[in-house]
Amino acid sequence: MNHLLRDLAPVTDAGWDQLEDEARRQLGSALAARKLVDFSGPHGWEHSATGLGRVETVPKALVEGVTPLRRSVLPLVEPRADFTVARAELEAIGRGAEDADFDSLDEAARRIALAENVAVFQGWEEAGITGIVAASPHDAITLSDDLTACPRHIAAAVEVLLAHGISGPYGLALGPAIYKGVIETTEHGGYPLFDHLRKILDGPLVWAPGVDGAVVISLRGGDFLFECGQDIAIGYDSHDAEVARLYLVESFSFRVATPEAAVALPASH
Amino acid sequence: MPTEQYHEPPGELPNDVRTYARLCTSLIEEAEAINWYAQRLAVEHDDDAAAIMRDAQDEEFKHFSMDLEYLLRRTPIWREVAQRVLFQPGDIVENGDAAEAAFEAGGDEDEAAPAGSLGIGSLKGRER
Repeated sequence: MNHLLRDLAPVTDAGWDQLEDEARRQLGSALAARKLVDFSGPHGWEHSATGLGRVETVPKALVEGVTPLRRSVLPLVEPRADFTVARAELEAIGRGAEDADFDSLDEAARRIALAENVAVFQGWEEAGITGIVAASPHDAITLSDDLTACPRHIAAAVEVLLAHGISGPYGLALGPAIYKGVIETTEHGGYPLFDHLRKILDGPLVWAPGVDGAVVISLRGGDFLFECGQDIAIGYDSHDAEVARLYLVESFSFRVATPEAAVALPASH
Repeated sequence: MPTEQYHEPPGELPNDVRTYARLCTSLIEEAEAINWYAQRLAVEHDDDAAAIMRDAQDEEFKHFSMDLEYLLRRTPIWREVAQRVLFQPGDIVENGDAAEAAFEAGGDEDEAAPAGSLGIGSLKGRER
């Protein structure tokens, strides 16, 4: 048995299959950062930190004439989202039910995906993670409420990247409100805005909960580094006669290698 | 259009299964190419020609590895088994048997891909 303690859960193999399928469905649409940044791993639950290739000076030397250096590392964060499943639902799966109530799991999946997206795009200062938006040295380009102006803003962002030697293709992370606006909007002549933006970027437009407005980033690789220890997994916490208490967990670090490779486009609010 | 890579009518298969089939076929083709170059190199006496073929075979190693990685990322169970066999020291058959036993027991010996991982991995390039 590993750290997830799944053998202790009152869940059958069929139950695990349905829980995992449901979690994958929810996470597949919501894990926006993974659709745009480089992914390394999974390196395992015991992987605790990312080496940064740098050293820092320890304030006190032990012996005169010996330089006191220490390796710099970025510790992995370990987000966990708890959820419950009614045991009656788990028993129904055993009888062949295909419509089990997984609302709590769905909500937990959205929460952990949101946490991952926010850490990558906005950052998580307290955990040592600088996000893509905070790292970008470029002036932000504020999106106007009139989304027909959006191609101009996105093209301007792409031009900024090109001017700094950042090649494409480019991807666009869109906060949910802007994403909805983009897919609803057609330009003069009925041309879908979504398709126009894709042509400008030569890359994907991604629905990205946790993003304020939009972010254009280069997809050429090597600029944004997501290091996964434990990939998202379902673990067991406890149970009683009514419910099984489970959780989604992962461990990761994120760092920006090329801050210039992204431009933030905040919403005007 | 050739459809030999499909075992079932392509029109009945979802897009992701068709992509999976293409990569499986590509993996087979890369392995065949590696085999062909190995045989050609074994009989080639011209050093310049051999160098070109060796260079070409190196490319096939890369292609095969990329195809395999793609398929493993989309097949968590395959990935779990492969992680216990690939790049492991010791006897290959014994490692294979151990991988099978560990997987059937719930995979509790491998911390890199413990049972319970959803095997999501990278989604780079996906739009939805």
